[in-house]
This record gives sequence, C-alpha cells and structure tokens, in this order.
Amino acid sequence: MATIRTRMGDGSDVELTPKELRQELEDGCQAAVKRGKVDPLTEDDFEYLIEMFSCPSRIWGVQRGNEAILSKDGSTNSLYSSRLSSGVGLPLSREQCVRTFEAAFGFDSMEVGHTDYSVKPVKPICTLEQHHVECCLNTTILPIFYGFMPNLGLYFQPDGPFPNPSDLLPKGQIEEGRRAQEEGIVTLVEDLKWVTGMMDQVGADGFNYDTVASTGDAEFLATLQAVEWASKNTKLGVEVGMAAEMVLGFHGELEYDGVRLAGLWPHQQLKLVEKAGAAIFGPVVNTNSGKTSPWNIARSVTFVKACTKDATIPIHPNVGMGVGGVPSFEVPPADIVTRASAAMVEVGGADGL
Amino acid sequence: MGGIRTAGDLVARMQLRGMRLTEAKEYVAGKLGVDVRDLSNSTVMRTVREELDIGVVTAVPGVAKGLAAKARIAELLDVEINCVEKLKAKMGL
Repeated sequence: MATIRTRMGDGSDVELTPKELRQELEDGCQAAVKRGKVDPLTEDDFEYLIEMFSCPSRIWGVQRGNEAILSKDGSTNSLYSSRLSSGVGLPLSREQCVRTFEAAFGFDSMEVGHTDYSVKPVKPICTLEQHHVECCLNTTILPIFYGFMPNLGLYFQPDGPFPNPSDLLPKGQIEEGRRAQEEGIVTLVEDLKWVTGMMDQVGADGFNYDTVASTGDAEFLATLQAVEWASKNTKLGVEVGMAAEMVLGFHGELEYDGVRLAGLWPHQQLKLVEKAGAAIFGPVVNTNSGKTSPWNIARSVTFVKACTKDATIPIHPNVGMGVGGVPSFEVPPADIVTRASAAMVEVGGADGL
Repeated sequence: MGGIRTAGDLVARMQLRGMRLTEAKEYVAGKLGVDVRDLSNSTVMRTVREELDIGVVTAVPGVAKGLAAKARIAELLDVEINCVEKLKAKMGL
C-alpha cells in the first residue's frame, strides 16, 4: 500500500497509510473540540487536508485568489540575530533587513524591534529605536510596525523590582504571589503605554504586542489595558499576538470586562482583544512534538476556525516554530510550513499569518 | 500576498484599520480600479503601481519611493498614514 510521507511535531519523518492519515486528522480535530469546546471541522475541510497531505509535492500553497497578508513578529531577528527566531547571523543592519523583507521577500508589512525583544530593554534606548523606525519609514512603502514582548517576567526578581511569583507560589504564598503580579501590572502598563506613544510620535503605522500572556493572566491584563489606551490615544493599529493557546492562571482571579482571564482559549481571548480595540489578533496553537503534523495542523486549524468564524477584526494566527502546526525544530521544514500556512487560510479562514 | 510586488502592502494597511481580508481586498480593488483577483497578480500590479506612481518592487529611477509613494497611497486609498501626516506637519501643510 502506498504510504504518505509527512512529519512529526519535532520535524522528524514519518510515513502514514491513507487510513492512518485520516485518523490523525480526526484525532487532532477532536483534541481541539474537547479542550476548547469548539465546533469540529467539516467533511470538506477533512477532504482538503487529506488532499494536501497526500500530495507528494514538497511545497504547497493557497489557491490563486486566496492569498492572505503577512505580518511579522521578532522584527528582522531571523536575518541578523543568532538563535533568536532561528536567526542566520547575517552582517546586516536592521534598515537593510527591513528593505530586504520588503523588496526581496515580498512581505506585506514589516516590524522593527530590539534584538532583546522585550519592552523593558527598549526603555533605556527608546530614542535609538525611534530613530531606526523613522529611517525605515522614510525609505519603505509597506506598513511599519514596532514590536516587542510585554514579558512581565522581566519585572520580577532577580531581573526586576518585584518579588517573583515563581518563588512565592511553590511556598504556598498565594496572596503574596498575587500582590507581586498586581504591582508588576501597574509598572508594565506604564511602560507599554510610554514606548507605544513614542513610536506613534515618530509616525509608525502599527504596533505588535508579541507573545502576550507568556507570564500568564497578569500579563494578558496589562496588555489589554495598554491596547485600550493605544486605540484611544494613538494613530497606531495594534496587533496582539499570543504566547500560548491557553492563558495560564498564575494569578487566577484577574478579570477584564468581567471575564476571568485564566483558562481562556483563542476564540475567547479574541473577544477581549476586540473589545480592547486591537486591529489584528494573532492566536497561537501549540505544537505537540510527540504527535504527527497532520494531527497538529488539524488541531490548529480547528481552534483558528473557531476564531475566524465570528471575528470582527483580522485574524493572523501564529505559524512559526512550534506553533500553528509547524514542528518545534530550529529549521522548520518547508513541506510542513507551507501546508500549515495554506491550511490556516483555506480551512481556518485566516486573514493572514 | 506579495507586498509591493502586488497590492499586499495596500491590503495590509486596510487590515490595520480592522478590515477583514475580503473587505480589505474589495476596498483596495475599488480604489485602484482593478478586479479583486488582480490584486495578487504581480503581472497586473507591476504596471498598475507604476501608472499610479505608488511605488514598485524593482529599482526604477523617478518612480515614487518611500514617503513619496506613501503620500500618494494615502490619497489613493483615502486614508491617513501616520508618517505622511508627520511630514505634512513639518512642512506646515
């Protein structure tokens, strides 16, 4: 019997029979349905995914006419940085990289960001970052974002001033851990607002808050408050890209607009991001490296379809190393990256990536 | 979608204003006077972009680049582009 060559979530090769492929897709879909309580994929969706994975072509793409928009996180780190964003360490400046992404790679929008891609390290060098954004704006045509990770974790000891919940919670000091996070939120929101405002001042088109909620519900709350401020006080379109598929409840009792943040899935996160006034939402679905790529991609598009179904703003799911069905490996394989990307648009209904 | 090879940058600008993909494409196609299917067709858009002077992907002297291209895009799409507004403010316009 002919087998279908595909991959595991860690990038290694695996071969499946057609029957096994179908089962993997159904299992992946059901895994999302069960956890997120979302609708399953349709039979048409499964037929598309089966055709996609069965095709021996290395590269897969969307149908002509269904092309979607690319937005970027991690700035130009993939070109000039090292391990960050699987960087290839080219001797290029950020302005050179942005021009390369525009003219050679055909990106639809581009982002400037600090190599140490969090808001806290940006603060001391904000005017330098503003200068780089201005230089890029002068010479490029595509929309330019500024981006960083809110990364509340950097505000806790030893990197920051506040007691570390990771130290307090295992000792049973729950209230102390919560207070530390609440204090951290206040400072983080001020920093987010300040740097966002500075980039608006120099004419940036948009802002990307990346890996939101990496430190859990407190960071998600801080970001939503900053988005609310930015949407009312700046000309920037704000993109919110998540860190993981579910908001972890390190605090557990924080709410935004009466909704508890801990435990929210992508389609639930979307509603709050819309309410805060963001322009674009980037959901994440984590790759399970022990499962096949068909399983992972089916699970990912099931979650994303639940977002796009009722979204009032564009949805740009994260499709990168370890998310969106892409294997968790430093050099993501093109056969799966192109399939995950196309599936997000054709099945998931994404407006971009 | 291809960025400035096609109309990807223009559609991206409308997404930044909260438009979903279909609506953003229809809006841009209407402003450019082309069919929605042409927006991602680099053969069509290379010519359209040069005719409208809104920036092209190849290095052609005299064609609008950078801020000049964006000023023309703002007018064409009937939107405000932040850096263009900053330039106007500096020029007292």
